[in-house]
Amino acid sequence: MLDIKNLTLSISGTPILNDVNLSVGAGKILGIVGESGSGKSLTALSTMQLLPDGSAIDGEILLKGKDILQANEEEMQRVRGQEISMIFQEPMTALNPVHTIGAQVCEAIRNSTDLSKSELETRAIETLEKVGLPVSRFPLSRYPHELSGGQRQRVMIAMACAQQPSLMIADEPTTALDVTLQAQILNLLRSIVDETGMSLILISHDLAVVAEVTDDIVVMRNGEVLDAGPTGDVLRKLNHPYTAQLAKASTHVPQRNSAPVLSAEQKSNGSIPILKARDIVRDYPTARKSLFQREKPFRAVKGVNFELFKGQSMGLVGESGCGKSTLARIVLGLDKPTSGNVNFLGHDLANVEGEEMRQARRNVQVVFQDPFASFNPRHRVERLVSEPLYLEPELSKSDRRDRVRSALSEVGMNDTALDKYPHEFSGGQRQRLAIARALITRPALIVADEPVSALDVSIRAQVLDLLADLRERLDLTYLFISHDLGVVRAICDEVMVMDAGEIVEHGPVTDVFTAPKSQAAKELVDATPNLERALANRVD
Amino acid sequence: MLLFFLKKLIWAVATLIFASVVVFLALEIVPGDPAQVMLGINATDEAVAALRENLGLNKPAIERYFSWISGMVVGDFGRSYTYSVDVRELVADRIAISLPLALIALALSTIIALPVGIYAASRRGKIADTVVMAISQFGIAIPNFWFALLMVYVLAIWLQLVPAGGFPGWTEGFWTALKSLLLPAIALALPQAAILSRVTRSALLETMGEDYIRTARAKGLSKRATLWNHALRNAMIPVLTILGLQFAYLLAGTIIIENVFYLPGLGRLVFQAINLRDLIVVESVVMMLVATIIVINLLVDLAYVWVDPRLRTRAS
Amino acid sequence: MNTSEFFKTALRNRSFSIGLFISALVIGMALVSYIWTPYSVIDLDIGGKLKAPNATYWFGTDHFGRDIFSMIMVGARNSIAVALVAVIVGIGVGVPIGCWAAARGGFLDEALMRGNDVIFAFPALLSAVMITAVFGPGAINAIIAIGIFNIPVFARLARGAALSLWPRDFIMAARAAGKSSFRITWEHIVPNMTNLLIVQGTIAFALGILQEAGLAYVGLGTQPPFPSWGKMLNEAQTMMSFAPHMAIFPGVAIVITVLGLNLLGDGLRDVLDPRIAKDRT
Repeated sequence: MLDIKNLTLSISGTPILNDVNLSVGAGKILGIVGESGSGKSLTALSTMQLLPDGSAIDGEILLKGKDILQANEEEMQRVRGQEISMIFQEPMTALNPVHTIGAQVCEAIRNSTDLSKSELETRAIETLEKVGLPVSRFPLSRYPHELSGGQRQRVMIAMACAQQPSLMIADEPTTALDVTLQAQILNLLRSIVDETGMSLILISHDLAVVAEVTDDIVVMRNGEVLDAGPTGDVLRKLNHPYTAQLAKASTHVPQRNSAPVLSAEQKSNGSIPILKARDIVRDYPTARKSLFQREKPFRAVKGVNFELFKGQSMGLVGESGCGKSTLARIVLGLDKPTSGNVNFLGHDLANVEGEEMRQARRNVQVVFQDPFASFNPRHRVERLVSEPLYLEPELSKSDRRDRVRSALSEVGMNDTALDKYPHEFSGGQRQRLAIARALITRPALIVADEPVSALDVSIRAQVLDLLADLRERLDLTYLFISHDLGVVRAICDEVMVMDAGEIVEHGPVTDVFTAPKSQAAKELVDATPNLERALANRVD
Repeated sequence: MLLFFLKKLIWAVATLIFASVVVFLALEIVPGDPAQVMLGINATDEAVAALRENLGLNKPAIERYFSWISGMVVGDFGRSYTYSVDVRELVADRIAISLPLALIALALSTIIALPVGIYAASRRGKIADTVVMAISQFGIAIPNFWFALLMVYVLAIWLQLVPAGGFPGWTEGFWTALKSLLLPAIALALPQAAILSRVTRSALLETMGEDYIRTARAKGLSKRATLWNHALRNAMIPVLTILGLQFAYLLAGTIIIENVFYLPGLGRLVFQAINLRDLIVVESVVMMLVATIIVINLLVDLAYVWVDPRLRTRAS
Repeated sequence: MNTSEFFKTALRNRSFSIGLFISALVIGMALVSYIWTPYSVIDLDIGGKLKAPNATYWFGTDHFGRDIFSMIMVGARNSIAVALVAVIVGIGVGVPIGCWAAARGGFLDEALMRGNDVIFAFPALLSAVMITAVFGPGAINAIIAIGIFNIPVFARLARGAALSLWPRDFIMAARAAGKSSFRITWEHIVPNMTNLLIVQGTIAFALGILQEAGLAYVGLGTQPPFPSWGKMLNEAQTMMSFAPHMAIFPGVAIVITVLGLNLLGDGLRDVLDPRIAKDRT
C-alpha cells in the first residue's frame, strides 16, 4: 500500500530523518515506535506533505506504486483525505471551535463528492454513527466544546474515515486520553481496519499499545529506523539492542532491599500514621443557572478516608477528573477541604495557619509532572532548589548553600549546576532538580504528581530508580499520583483507586492489580496496556 | 443565552452609572465658585447669586447629581448659561455631525483593513506582504489631524478639487452633507485602518498555526480554503476587540479633526465651552461621548457571541 | 540571556536596529536642546518671519520668525517627557492592579476589571477636556489624561499574563514553600511578564507621543511660550496656503519618532518572544 524508500528530511538545515525505509501492506497495521525526537511524527507529516516551511525532503514515498513526493500541491489535496487521512494527538485543539461537528464532517465528505446538502448530512450521520456517536445523542449541530476529549477524538476518526481512504495515519491518537478511553479508541481503530480493509499507521511512544494493536513494527531513534519486522517477532526476540533497551525500560521495576510497608501490618504493630485523612469533602461552586438559581456545587472529593505510614509508598490512581489532584492539593495544604480534617504529624492541615502551617509545610513537599513548567525560567538553580527553605528562615546563607549542595548530590547532580538556568538541562535532569527541591527541607512526605509521565521511557526508568533509592536511604514516605498503573506497580507498596471523588479500592499493589475487586479498578487494570500480557495474547 | 445578554446589559448600565459619577465628581472639584468662574471676575454679586440659584448650586451634591442624571435620562440636559439655550438643542445639532463622522470612519477603516489584512496574511513573506506591512507601519505613525492638514493642502489649496472645510448642514441634502464629511472620514479612517489591518494579519497568521488548521489541511482542503473556512472566523475574535477600542479613538479623533475642517461638531462646541467655562455643556458632551463608547462596547460584546459559539454555551 | 547576548541577537533584527537608531536620535536631539539649539525659540524676529527652508534656517521660520528646526528640537523634550511619564503612570498603577486582581480572583477581580472598563470609556482626549475645563490648560493635563488612559491598558495586560502564570507548576511549588501571594507575585509573576511590559511600554510610548500631539494641537496640552509639535501644527494650519513648511516639518518629526518607537517595539517582541517559546518546548 505505502512504501517509503530512502526518505531523508531536514528542516532549516537541521537533519531530521536519515534514510528511512518502511512499508505498510493493504489492510495491515504498522506501528512506529520511538522516543521524543525520533522523527516518527515527521515521517507521518512527510507522507501527507504537511511539513513546516524550510523543509528539504528527498527519497520516494510510493502510494500504490505511485511516488507522491513528485505530486504537485493540487494532486496532494486529492491524496489527503481521499487516499491518506490522518488523526492527531490532541483532540482538544484539533477541531475548529467555531464550526459544528456536522459541518466539519460534511466538509471532509464534500471534498471528494458533489452530493447535495441533505445527502451529505445523511453520510455524515452514518459516519459519526460508525465511530460510536449516534445522532440521537450527538446531533450534527453540536460544537466541539460540547464534547469530551474521547468524543472529539471519535469525531476526528469520523472525518478521517469519511472519504474511505486506503491508509490512515494515527499520530499518538490516545496519548492525551485516559486508559479506558484509550482502549476504546484503539478497539475502534482496529475494527475500522477489519471492516474496511484500510491500512493503518499507528505512531506511539508506548510499546505495549503497539504490541496490542499492530501487525508490524518499526523502531526509530534520532531519525533512523533501527529495527523493523512483524511485531510479535521483534518484541519477543528483541534482537536489536535498542529495542531490547526500550522494552526493558518500559517494564522497569526499581530494585528494592526492604520489604513493602503495608498499612495492615503497621496497624497491627500499633504504629501511628504520619498522615490521617478523615471524611474529606471538597466542593466547588458551579456556574449560575439562572439569575436566581445556582446549580448544586460540584463535589470533587466525597468523604475520603486514608492513612499514610512512615516509609510507605502509596499510589493514588484514577481517571482524569476523579478528584485525585484535588486530594493531593489538600494534602499539600494548598487547598482547604470543605469539611473533614487532615492530621499530618499532629497538625490539622485543614485549619492551621501561620507558624504552625510553616512547620507542617517543611515536612511535606511536592514534585510535579512537567519538568519544563515546574521552574521559574528566570531563576538560577541555586535559587530554584532553595525556594522551600523560605520555610526555614533561621538558616544562615552558608547553611542554605550547604543544603542546596547536599540536595543536589542526593539526586546525583554536582555543584556545577548551581549557577545554571533551567533551560540548560534536559527533561530528566530537570526532574532530578525538582526532586532536589522537594528534598531540601528534609520532609517526611513527598507528594509526587505524575512525576514521570512527561518523560521518555529510558529516562523514566532512571528517575524511578532514583525515587526508590531515596526512599530507602532517607526513609521518605510517598504519595504517588499517577494515571499509569505500570509506574505505580513499579514503585508503590499500596495503591488507592479513586473514582468520581471516592476511594473505591485500597490494598497492596499486587492484590489490587492482579485481582481487582471494584468495577473502576477492574476497568483500569483491563484497559492499561501491558507489554507482557499483549505479547502473550498475540496469535502470531 | 438571555441571561448572558442580561448580564452584559446590567454591566453596561453599571459602567454608565460609574462613568456619570466620575464625570460629575470631576467637574464638582472645580476650584472656587463655579458660578463665579462662569461669569468671570467682573460679575456682580447679584448675578452670581442668581446663577447659583439657577444652576441649583445651593442644593447638596447628591441631589444635584440625581437631578442631572435623571434629566439626562429623559433628554433634559439643562440650560447653557453662555449660549442661553437648552444644552439638548446645542448638542443635538452637533452630534448629527460628530457621530456620523465617527461611524463613517469606522466603516471605512474596516472595509479597507480587513481585505488588506487578509491579503497580506495570504501572501505572508512575499513582496506584497512586505510592502503592505511597511505602508501600514507608516500609517500607524501618522497623526490623523496632520494627515488631514496635508490632504487639505494638496486637495483643497493646491489642486482646488474640494472645499477646504465647513459643513453645509444636513438640510442641504444628504449627499452634499455627506460629501463634506468624506475627507475628514478618510483622514480618520486611514491611520486606524493601518492598525486594524496589522491586527487582522497577525490574528490570521496566529490561527493558521492552530491544530485545527492542520486537521483541515489533512482533510484535503487547499491553503486558501482553510484560510477562508477555518482561520478567518477564529481570527475575528481579536479583531473585534480592537474594533471596539478603535471606536473610542475615532470619537476622540473626530473631535480633534473637526478643527481641521471647520466642522461645527461636538468638538468645536466643547472647546468653545471650555474657553467660556460653560461647565454644563462640557459635562453633557463628555457624558454623551462616554455613553456612546459604552454602548458600542456592549455591541462588540454581543458580537463575540455571534462569532464564538463557546460563549453561547457558557452563556446559556 | 545576559545583556550582551541580548544585544547580539537584537541588533541582528532589522526592526530593532532601525527603531533603536531613530529613538536614540530623537532622544539625543531632545537632550542636546537643553544645552544648545541653532537659534533661540523664545526670541521673536518678526522681520525674518515665514521664511521657507534655506541654508541658514534648515526648516524655515514661523510667523514670529522663530527657527522651526530649533523648535522641533525643543518640542521633542515635551513629547518625550509627557509620553514617558504617562507610560510610567500606566505601568506603576496598572500593573499592581492587574496583578492584584489575578492573585485574588473572585469578586475583587471582577470589581477591578469593571473599574477598568469604566476608565476605558474615557479616551485621553475626554479626560483632558474635563481636566482643562476644571483646572485650565497646561502640560500636566496631558500627562494625567494619557496616564489615566494607560492604566487599564497595562492592568489588562498584567492580569492576563498573571492569570496564565498562576496555574503553572512553579507557582504551585512556591505556594508549597509557604510563600504569600504578594511574595509570589513579586518573585515569580512580575519577572515573567517583563518582556510583555517592555514591548507594550514601547508601543504605549509611541501612542502617547501621538496623543500628546493631538492634545497640544487642540490647545489642551503644553502652553506658550514652550514649543510643542502639536501646537506648531495648530499654528501652521491658518498659514497652510503660504507657509506649508510650517506644517510639514513638525508632522514629519512626529511620524519619524512614532515610527522609530513602533519599530523598536516590534523588534523587541521578535527578539524577546522566542525565548518564552523555547522554554516551553
